[in-house]
Amino acid sequence: MAQIKNRLSPFFENITFDREDNELILNFGPQHPSAHGQLRLMLHLQQEQIIKAHPDVGYLHRGMEKMAENMIYNEFMPTTDRMDYIASSSNNYGFALAVEKLVGLEVPRRAKVIRMMLLEINRLMSHLFWLATTALDIGAMTVFLFAFREREYLMDVIEGYCGARLTHAAIRIGGVPLDIQDSFIAQLKTFLDKLPANIKDYEDLLDTNRIWLMRMEEVGTISKEMALSWGCSGPMLRASGVAWDLRKEEPYELYDEVEFNVPWSDKGDNFARYRIYMEEMRESAKILYQTIDMYAACVKNGETELMAHAPQYVSAPKLDIMTQNYSLMQHFVLVTQGMRPPVGEVYVATESPKGELGFFINSQGGAYPYRLKLRAPSFWHTGILTDLLPGHYIPDVVSIIGTTNIVFGEVDR
Amino acid sequence: MRAYKPKDNVQKKPYYTDRYWKAPQVAKFEVESDEVFAADLAAIKAKFEVSDAFIQVEQMTVWINPSDIYAVLEFMRDELSYTQLSEMSAIDFLAQRDEFEIFYQMLSMAKRKRIRIKYSIKNGAAVDSVSKLFRCADWSEREMFDMFGIEANGHEFMKRILLPYDWQGHPLLKTYPLQGDEFAAWYEVDKIYGKEAREEIGPEIRDTSTIDRYDSERFSRLGHEVPKGTKITGDEPAHKESYQEEGGVFLIKKLDRDNSKVIDDPQR
Repeated sequence: MAQIKNRLSPFFENITFDREDNELILNFGPQHPSAHGQLRLMLHLQQEQIIKAHPDVGYLHRGMEKMAENMIYNEFMPTTDRMDYIASSSNNYGFALAVEKLVGLEVPRRAKVIRMMLLEINRLMSHLFWLATTALDIGAMTVFLFAFREREYLMDVIEGYCGARLTHAAIRIGGVPLDIQDSFIAQLKTFLDKLPANIKDYEDLLDTNRIWLMRMEEVGTISKEMALSWGCSGPMLRASGVAWDLRKEEPYELYDEVEFNVPWSDKGDNFARYRIYMEEMRESAKILYQTIDMYAACVKNGETELMAHAPQYVSAPKLDIMTQNYSLMQHFVLVTQGMRPPVGEVYVATESPKGELGFFINSQGGAYPYRLKLRAPSFWHTGILTDLLPGHYIPDVVSIIGTTNIVFGEVDR
Repeated sequence: MRAYKPKDNVQKKPYYTDRYWKAPQVAKFEVESDEVFAADLAAIKAKFEVSDAFIQVEQMTVWINPSDIYAVLEFMRDELSYTQLSEMSAIDFLAQRDEFEIFYQMLSMAKRKRIRIKYSIKNGAAVDSVSKLFRCADWSEREMFDMFGIEANGHEFMKRILLPYDWQGHPLLKTYPLQGDEFAAWYEVDKIYGKEAREEIGPEIRDTSTIDRYDSERFSRLGHEVPKGTKITGDEPAHKESYQEEGGVFLIKKLDRDNSKVIDDPQR
């Protein structure tokens, strides 16, 4: 190895530094404000350029898979809230759907419509949160305040429905526990009517903003091959030239009945991801308008069922429990012993706001899952930083972490 | 007599199990019932040994030999368009048959199909790494090692990922205890000084929030200050604050506890 003199030598005239290179190892995090949680990056730097990156995760590990193996299925539902806590209903839903597929439950239509409403509201909340925090990281404080204002409004709507703002636990295995409140539709409509103007506000602030463009365009470019190889999904994959949305490709609930587009781009850079998040918000609004009509149709047709009818797996409605002996017995057994799904395996993927959220369940016929694997999209969206960061500069790290939209409740589980 | 608890599965058990309960099976279908899966399976069978294959909940499961995994995934990726490895991990069947089941969840975007490749390995055996094929397996295999202790041959950085490097044990094993060990307070004492020193040294304080009111070395005893190192035994005399420096509670210059009045009744 050739030894070169350190660049600082003019300042220390009598001392020679014998070093092989100027490589500096920088610990980025785990408490860095732009790390969106607990991400530690070990960055090998040559000047300000990153030559090697080593993400270190696990600071928020709570052993959810282990917890799931020692709980009845319904007990695990509130734990899923704590994965992607920005959009917790989508985790609830992913788990509920996996168990429903395992035991073969058919969810009533009205519950499906309410679930879709919750899922899309969660997607909007998640994307607004993403926009707010990323813009703040880049330095656009106004957008942060604007986007949080809208998110706050959605959280109020959700709070009216299930009483919680962040960890909803609003979905049950077999349906939803409650019908939406009277003011829900009106509140949602008010929000949706304002949303296009709000999104336009954000775009006016950002789309032609020179600083925003410099930090976003041609930064953090992920090729299609790289995205596929790293198991990317959701907006990360769609920004890299693969128009793959599970709501479209493997439709669940009533997504095959609604009209929406899948925005995608072949640029693969930060700006492409930003554009996809913005377009997805518009598409979510479009879906929500349609679910409002679907809900009205359900009401008109007198479809009042909210939970699947399967006495072996799902408790009867509250009225039956209070009035009928057999329903009460059944409910007691389901609460204390839990449901016992058949022996088998299932892997169910849903399109969460972050990407493909998968639940793999291996059931051995017991009341507890024998093995439950949570496939959290953010896990690989963090892993890809290993290959993505080298070649970039320190300020790019912040914008790249921002657009990957990783949430550490989900990465570390 | 204490109830016997099996050591190879220390997980929580339901408090009641019906002895006569026979669990039903999730329906399995013939692979021939789906054209795409049938063609894929035929292509895999032509090159590799397949011990079992069936369709369960709309996805095909294919059982292969552990040594074929790299070649099978490469073949599936390049020839059958299964371009993404969604997920991979292990399932602990050590108590039943001293084996792990490893599964690889593959996704074909062109065909909109998912296949699960599975195989079993004996306890202590290693799997072949597929991180050269799919970069995401880099982290998945590390997580599998972290959680089960299964190593991957050919992996470049086989270290723990979620837990700290110095962690003992692999938490997703069924033999991993759910609760802490009550004897852990003696481990270090026994190891360093020997069991006979237990009386003299006492158990290790493992609860970081423990406060010892008799310990004037390590605790400041707010409001009951004594010189550092004072030996305190038995009951202490009731301590009353009699003097308060200026700048303390508003309006009170000199506090006299004996003449102060405590209002208990909030309604007065």
